[in-house]
Amino acid sequence: MRHEIRFSGYGGQGIILSAVILGRAAALYDDKYAVQTQVYGPEARGGASMGQVVIDDEPILYPEVTEPDIYVIMSQQGFEKYGIRAGMDAVMLLDADLVRSRPDCRHYEIPATAEAKGALGREIVANIVMIGALVTATGVVSREAIERAVLDSVPKGTEELNQKALKRGFELGERA
Amino acid sequence: MIAPDWFRDDRLPHIYCTGCGNGTIINCTLAGVEEMGWKRNETVFVSGIGCSSRAPGYILTDSLHTTHGRALAFATGVKMARPDLHVVVFTGDGDLAAIGGNHFIHACRRNVDMTVVCMNNHIYGMTGGQGSPTTPPGAISTTTPYGMSEPAFDLAELAVAAGANYVARWTSYHVKELTKAVVAGMQTPGLAFIEARTQCPTNYGRHNKLRSVPAMIEHLRSHAMLVQKRDRLVAEGKPIPEGTFTVGELVRRSRPAMGVQR
Amino acid sequence: MSRTEFMQGNAACAEGALAAGCRFFGGYPITPSTEIAEAMARKLPKAGGVFISMEDELASIAAVIGAAWTGARAMTATSGPGFSLMMENIGYAAMTETPCVVVNIQRGGPSTGQPTRAAQGDMLQCRFGSHGDYSTIALTPNSVQEMFDLTAKAFDLADRYRVPTFLMSDEIVGHMRERVTIPGAVEVERPRPLAEGALPFEAGDDGTPGFAPFGSGRAVHVTGLTHDERGYPDTTDPEAHDKLVRRLVAKVESARRDIADYEVVNPDAETVFVTYGPPSRTVEQVMRDRPDDSIGHLRLRVVWPFPEFALKVFPNARTFLMPELNMGQMVREVQRHVDQPVISIPKIGGELHTPAELVRVLEAYR
Repeated sequence: MRHEIRFSGYGGQGIILSAVILGRAAALYDDKYAVQTQVYGPEARGGASMGQVVIDDEPILYPEVTEPDIYVIMSQQGFEKYGIRAGMDAVMLLDADLVRSRPDCRHYEIPATAEAKGALGREIVANIVMIGALVTATGVVSREAIERAVLDSVPKGTEELNQKALKRGFELGERA
Repeated sequence: MIAPDWFRDDRLPHIYCTGCGNGTIINCTLAGVEEMGWKRNETVFVSGIGCSSRAPGYILTDSLHTTHGRALAFATGVKMARPDLHVVVFTGDGDLAAIGGNHFIHACRRNVDMTVVCMNNHIYGMTGGQGSPTTPPGAISTTTPYGMSEPAFDLAELAVAAGANYVARWTSYHVKELTKAVVAGMQTPGLAFIEARTQCPTNYGRHNKLRSVPAMIEHLRSHAMLVQKRDRLVAEGKPIPEGTFTVGELVRRSRPAMGVQR
Repeated sequence: MSRTEFMQGNAACAEGALAAGCRFFGGYPITPSTEIAEAMARKLPKAGGVFISMEDELASIAAVIGAAWTGARAMTATSGPGFSLMMENIGYAAMTETPCVVVNIQRGGPSTGQPTRAAQGDMLQCRFGSHGDYSTIALTPNSVQEMFDLTAKAFDLADRYRVPTFLMSDEIVGHMRERVTIPGAVEVERPRPLAEGALPFEAGDDGTPGFAPFGSGRAVHVTGLTHDERGYPDTTDPEAHDKLVRRLVAKVESARRDIADYEVVNPDAETVFVTYGPPSRTVEQVMRDRPDDSIGHLRLRVVWPFPEFALKVFPNARTFLMPELNMGQMVREVQRHVDQPVISIPKIGGELHTPAELVRVLEAYR
């Protein structure tokens, strides 16, 4: 089944990396197919950034996202630019403290940044918390696959922190 | 005296006009190559477009006669890919300083290990005598019929400012000095720039009251001032005579260089 | 040992070049091709090669040609504005029969246009962009895997035919990430050496001369002027020019069956899509979503020299449909080879045709 996942937030949150990690998990460790794309623009850090992934069990032909069925939104500006038109059948995970608006579709409030700052002590891993929640809330890739993809993608020396963040995300997603 | 086996005798006659100074400069350069002991199969001549740039076609080595202005960029590719080859570039004032000006300053900045000999005849000769970036103010050419109104580039000073490790300037009159400068440049790791001012009797002299070849060469000789003399005059606060240009070694230094064979 | 990675198209292009033995890259940063230069800057020095950031694109292609004449496999990568700047020296490479690879990650034009958006607007420029008559080879990948495969292949074609060879990709394929399998070793075919006693520009039976790189003791004179078999300028004899330029064109055009690389789906179809690059993926999507034997697809991986014989694979064709990310460029080439109507489906602005858009066109034309 084809899934189209869109990530948006502000530059510096690791939005694009989140999309790459998800794509890698599907394509390398879940025996699925994935195409990751992103919006390139001249915007400086801080502007709305957006990355997308198509995941499918069969080879992906048309590579672009037309109507995402899963959204991960981590800033208000990101919601307004890339989340506000979500269809009624979509699912949206949003960082509860950073996004004021709520969509009409099914949505889960994930306090990823608060968890990252608080219990985990590093705001930088908020995106990894979010990815964990995404995986357990939607099952779009397996836990094992995302674990391996996260470990592939994070800087050396931060593996333990990121694993903790991912695990915390799994818990938040299960509860959602 | 240059051994005849450096020339492609099946290319003769050459295209240069009677009285042209380019042959003198080619001879001085090849004399330098011979003095360095470089072999024909390890020396590559590169050029752009213009009278100067036909020189490699008369020399019996691998040679790359390229597009207008780009010789130094081509030569950079040759030298960086094969640092064991000796690379010599022949260029002219239009090729080097007008269309190729950007490549000139960047080749000097990179200090790629090669020898660049510029035949500066102050005119676009091959196209019939149009004003170039080194045409002196007031000089008549087909595109400056009322006299050149723009200031001229000082190519050697440009090379010094841009970072070349060796820079010298002589003229087609100063054959011994020019040959020595070519050798000194070849011995210096990094980019060696040798400006050789020369006569174009056909397209420059005729229009500028220098009707004979000896008159043109005499004009070059009499307006050339040794850099040491110029420095002395400046130190003494004395005026520099109008229309003179410096000759001699302007710089020899050891900035970091690229493409030097280890 | 092959390896599988989740990689960006531009990164796969660099990997393909390295696997094919590319050892010289001269370039200038330009969106959306820059990741290729960045990858080469990281990897070439470790592979014993040379990366150099030149002062502009005119210099980039010049340095690549210079390096190619030392026998190195050499490449540059750019996009629209830089490609335009390279045109004069691309003609020089064609005239001097210099093997080299130019990657163009196409973006919206004319002029600075859309630096971060995809287009296929340079398809005629890569064939006709330099002055005079010549012929070149152009490849059009539609996936990250093909960015690797076709880049490697471009080097072989460049060497075999001694022509500048283009990888005509675009922002979509250059920037997307997909799974790519990188083989442990890529077979490499180098130019035929210049035979003992042969003249440096004397063509063999295939129209291509043997190659004696600089430093091999053959004293080759290379010039962009019209030249004879010795490489010596001969600029006024009409026959000399006629002989040389006809050979430069013929050595590529007469080999177009060997160079051709295309896929055919449903050869009995009446309505046939003709595509190259990423619009092919929209067509494939439409054909998977709506199985229908009356719809065919010709997907070109080599667009130049144009394989006109591939159009004859569809004897029942009544209409050809050509979605392109431009206002209709290759459609002109297709139309001149067939009697049936060829419908251009142009799209500009940077996005791929959607499946729904192509379905609407299909319904209108069948």
